[in-house]
This record gives sequence, C-alpha cells and structure tokens, in this order.
Amino acid sequence: MMEANKTRNLFLSLTALAVVGVFLWWAPSHLDGYKIQILNLIAIYSILGLSLNLIYGITGMFSLGTAGFMCIGAYVSSMLILPQMQKDMIFILEPLHPLLYAAHAPFVVAVLAGGVVAALAGLLIGIPVLKLGGDYLGIATLGFAEIIRVVANNIPTITNGALGLKGIPPYANLWWNYGWTFFTLYVMYRLVNSNFGNALKAIRDDELAAKAMGIDTSRYRVISFTIGAFFAGIGGALMASLLTTIDPKMFMVTMTYNVLMVVVAGGLGSLAGSVIGATIVTILLEWLRIVENPISIGSLHIPGIPGMRMVIFAISLILIIIYRPDGVMGNREFTWNGLLRSGKGGKSNG
Amino acid sequence: MADRPVILDAANLTMRFGGVTAVSDFSMAIQENRIVGLIGPNGAGKTTSFNMITGYYRPTEGKVSFLGNDITGMAPYKVCRMGIARTFQNIRLFKNETVLQNVMIGSQRRQKSRWWQAPLNLPSFNKEEREVREKAMELLERVDLHKVADERSESLPYGQQRRLEIARALATEPRFLLLDEPAAGMNPEESHVLMGFIRRLRDEFNLTILLIEHDMKVVMGVCEHIWVLDYGKLIAQGNPKEIQGNPKVIEAYLGEEYLADA
Ligand SMILES: Nc1ncnc2c1ncn2[C@@H]1O[C@H](COP(=O)(O)OP(=O)(O)O)[C@@H](O)[C@H]1O
Ligand SMILES: [Mg+2]
Repeated sequence: MMEANKTRNLFLSLTALAVVGVFLWWAPSHLDGYKIQILNLIAIYSILGLSLNLIYGITGMFSLGTAGFMCIGAYVSSMLILPQMQKDMIFILEPLHPLLYAAHAPFVVAVLAGGVVAALAGLLIGIPVLKLGGDYLGIATLGFAEIIRVVANNIPTITNGALGLKGIPPYANLWWNYGWTFFTLYVMYRLVNSNFGNALKAIRDDELAAKAMGIDTSRYRVISFTIGAFFAGIGGALMASLLTTIDPKMFMVTMTYNVLMVVVAGGLGSLAGSVIGATIVTILLEWLRIVENPISIGSLHIPGIPGMRMVIFAISLILIIIYRPDGVMGNREFTWNGLLRSGKGGKSNG
Repeated sequence: MADRPVILDAANLTMRFGGVTAVSDFSMAIQENRIVGLIGPNGAGKTTSFNMITGYYRPTEGKVSFLGNDITGMAPYKVCRMGIARTFQNIRLFKNETVLQNVMIGSQRRQKSRWWQAPLNLPSFNKEEREVREKAMELLERVDLHKVADERSESLPYGQQRRLEIARALATEPRFLLLDEPAAGMNPEESHVLMGFIRRLRDEFNLTILLIEHDMKVVMGVCEHIWVLDYGKLIAQGNPKEIQGNPKVIEAYLGEEYLADA
C-alpha cells in the first residue's frame, strides 16, 4: 500500500514536472515579453522566498539580510559573465581591478560562485551574531545588508560604484530560472524532511528543549543561516542576469521586504507556500504599478504618486499578518496524498 | 541498602541571582541505578539545582561531576551528550512537530550522516534516516505512544504529553534521567500509573533517576533516597521512612498538608 503510493506519487511528481517543462517550452513563443518577465520573476522570488523560509520559517531566525546576500551574489556572478568588451565600456571613471577584468566563467559556475560567496558572508556574520543567541539577528542582518550596499557604492574599481553594472548577458531565461527553482526546492525538501530538518524545527519551537536533546543549537543555526544565504546569493545572481543591469540602490531594504512578504504571505515553514507567495507577490507588485501612474476618472485627475506602490504593499503585509497570520499554506505542505484526498471529498485515506 | 558507585556527585552547589541565594551549599551524591528524589516547598531551589546539573546555570560555587568527569557549567547540549537527559517543570515539547518527530530529534545527536548528505540522496543517508525512524517508533511502542505517533504533539492530552517528554529524553539514550515534577497536574490514578512507569524505566533502560516531585505518594512510593531543600538549604536526607518522621521536614511543609496524607 505504502509502496504503491510512493510509486504513484513519484509518477505524479514526474508528470507535474513534465507539464511545467512543456509549459516552459510553449511559453516563449506564445506569451509576450512582459508575461515572460513575470514568470521569470516568480521563479527568482521563489528561490529567495525558500531561502528566507529556511532561515525564518523553519529555523525561527528573524533575518533581514536577504538583500545583502543577493547583492553579493549579483555582483560576483555578473563579474564572471560580463564580456571584457562590456567591462571596458562600463568602467570608465575608475579602471576595473585586473584580476576581475580577467575573471570569466560559464553561467552555471558564475551563479554557483555568487551563491558560494554569499554563503561565506553568511557564515562570517552568522557565527558571531548567532552565538549571541540570535535575538539581535534582525538588527545585525539589517545592518549587514546596508554595509554591503554602502561598500558596493564605494569600491568603484570592483563594483563601478553607484553607476552599477550594465549590459550583463541575459542568460537567465525561463529554463535557467525554473531549473534553479526546482534545484532549490529539491534541496530544501530533502533538508527539511530529514532529521536534520526536524532539529531545525526543534530549535524554532523551543531552543532550550532542543539543547536538552543534545543539539548544538548555535552550530545548527549557523548552518541553516549559511544555506539560506547561499540561495539568496543564487537568487541575486539570477536576477542580475534577468534585469541585465544592477546598481547598489537595487539592494535596499525594500528588496528584503518583498521577500519577507513572499514568505509571510505563503506561510512560514511551508515550502509550497513560498512558491505560492512568490506568485502572489510578483503579480501584486506588477499590478500595483498602476497606482503610480496618473489616473483620470472623468474630469477627476489623480496624479501618479511615486512610492504609492510600496505603501499599499506595506499595508497588505500588515493586513495579512493581522487577518491571516499563517499565510496561505500555514506551515502545511502540499502533498499528493492530501490533494487526492481533498479531491475525493476526504473519503479516501490516501 | 548496599552502597553502589556514585554516578552523579554535586558538591557544595551555591546559586545566587543578584542578592537572592536560590541554592546554598547543597551537596548530593547519587548512586547508580537508583531512583532518588529531591523535594521541598515551592521556591526551595529544586529546579535551580536541576539547572545547575544540566548546564543551564553555571553554579556560583561548587562542582558537578558525572561518572568522574567535571561537568560544572558545561553547555547543556554537551551535558546531554555525556549521558544526562531531563524533562522540564512546564512541559516543553516541540509543539508543531509530530510525536514521532519529537522522539526522532533525540536521536539526531547520534546520527553519523551530515546535513549535506540529505540533498545527495545517498543510500547510506537514507538508511540511517530509516533506522532513526524505526528506533523512534520502537521507543514509542515501549512507552505506549505508538498509536499517536503521527499526531501533532501539542494535540495530545496532558498525561500523554508528560510521557512523550520522557520518551523524548530517553531517545538521547541517557544513563541518568532528571524528571522535574512528572506527576504535576495528574490525578491519583494517573500518578499511580506513573510510579509503575518510572520503576519500569529504571529497570528496562538501566537508568539512574532523580525526580523532583510534590506528590508525596509518588515520592515516598518510588524513591529509595530523598534530599529535602528549604530556602535553598539541605535540611534533611534519608530514606522515605526517615524523611517522613523528620521534624524539620514536617515543619518546612507546615501548612502544606502533603506529609499528613502520605
Ligand atoms: N533565573 C533566575 N533569576 C532569578 N531568580 C531565580 C531564577 N531562577 C530561580 N530563581 C529564584 O530561585 C528560587 C528557587 O526557585 P526554583 O529553583 O525554581 O524553586 P523550586 O524549588 O520551586 O523549583 C526562587 O526564589 C526563584 O525566584
Ligand atoms: Mg521547580
């Protein structure tokens, strides 16, 4: 019975994967560029959401460092894929450091490198801060992200300062973005559903009791934080290639805020929730652009208010926290058994 | 009662919080494979003593040795790895996790595979995960919680939550188990069952057990030796008979009619 279910679920998962595959193959020739862009952003926000979900939703560490890790991932990866000709054109005020000028790597390697350097940064900040007990993590990571941004602004021979990087090769198409999303989902799924994942959830639920179980809680928190930082770096690297230009302003706290919204809207601790949250938030953010444009209703003219989008966005987050604090999924997970059960009106025992 | 080797030796423990001395110059030597008790009125310093033994508090003065090793002020997770497990006065389960997961978490520290092997889907990793699950299930069967293995721990009735907390502690495979008021909130019927359960644990798992308890029936019924604290000081120790007849103990409990109906 259980074995049969396993085979069936594997079959269903592979089918779902195939359906997504066909869709990704179909989409570029049938959807306009704007819709494709949204699909791409959904994938990247899913990765970012999963990253923060591991840190915050699963391990219970309130971190505001996402934009900082993204920034690192974005610059590292971009530097490795920018052609030298483009580097010549960008770095006009200050010359690029010769080592970086020579650096080049295939896209997969570049994205991975972005993740690895972000993870190293996560390890470096995680060790001292999480040893303190983690209460200061929110503030410390917020500070860290700001420092990264200020540094990026002020080392023109490496980052081109406030001008940022332009003409980054647009390798991050649907295939890459969704490929990385599935990779992230798979890694997270395996981690969260292992006994290691149980230990992380134990730390979230009751750290004192987790210690009594022999769990070195600071070590586990550092590991979780570092893995999260890795995937935030991956997300940043992909986003850089998708948008083809980056500058330090892109990685302000509002970026972290978007990702936090993904996790909270989808459901803290639910992997499927992060993907759903990414879809909601991406579409909402696009849709809300309308409110920043001038609107005329008959003789009434409302001028566009810049920043209005973020105000409404912030209010939605507050409303979600008040009225649906568990997000769409709560901490539940999507399972084939659960889906089939609800499909049959709850009669089957899956 | 013949002497057995000492498993835990707490010597001259003192714990001060600012101006408050919660425990003062308290010593106790616990012999292997015995069930012993620590009693005293509310606020006497019992839980504080537990916290000093298990590393949650570093004693202001004094020394804790376990199996001859100095464990004074050692981090709680290391104390656990030495072979000491505990429960908490206010149940502290991992409330969002299932009963089975709660117990599996106790095995995590003995697992050889590392976290990064999980995504690699290695057969050796999956095998160990399966073994941990099976072992946890076996343990649940031994404490009669296997039927609720997949329930969220928070949804269990109170008595079962207490039992699960003990099962979870056992999953760390301790040699010495500390129970902080295991019978709290139980009716006489449940406490009676608990007494049998504690004895069975000692025998089946080859444990030494120290329990804090307010229910005098339980204390007098299962403990072979008892220490009595009052205002952080040791006022008496001995077997249940000696404790029941000790005037100092009776005085400490005056107004709390525990001893009267014991
Ligand atoms: N962390 C702490 N900080 C300050 N005072 C404490 C702390 N822990 C315990 N105490 C005090 O120590 C005394 C003994 O408490 P406790 O050990 O919990 O008593 P009990 O014997 O009821 O378990 C109490 O007066 C309590 O207020
Ligand atoms: Mg107490």
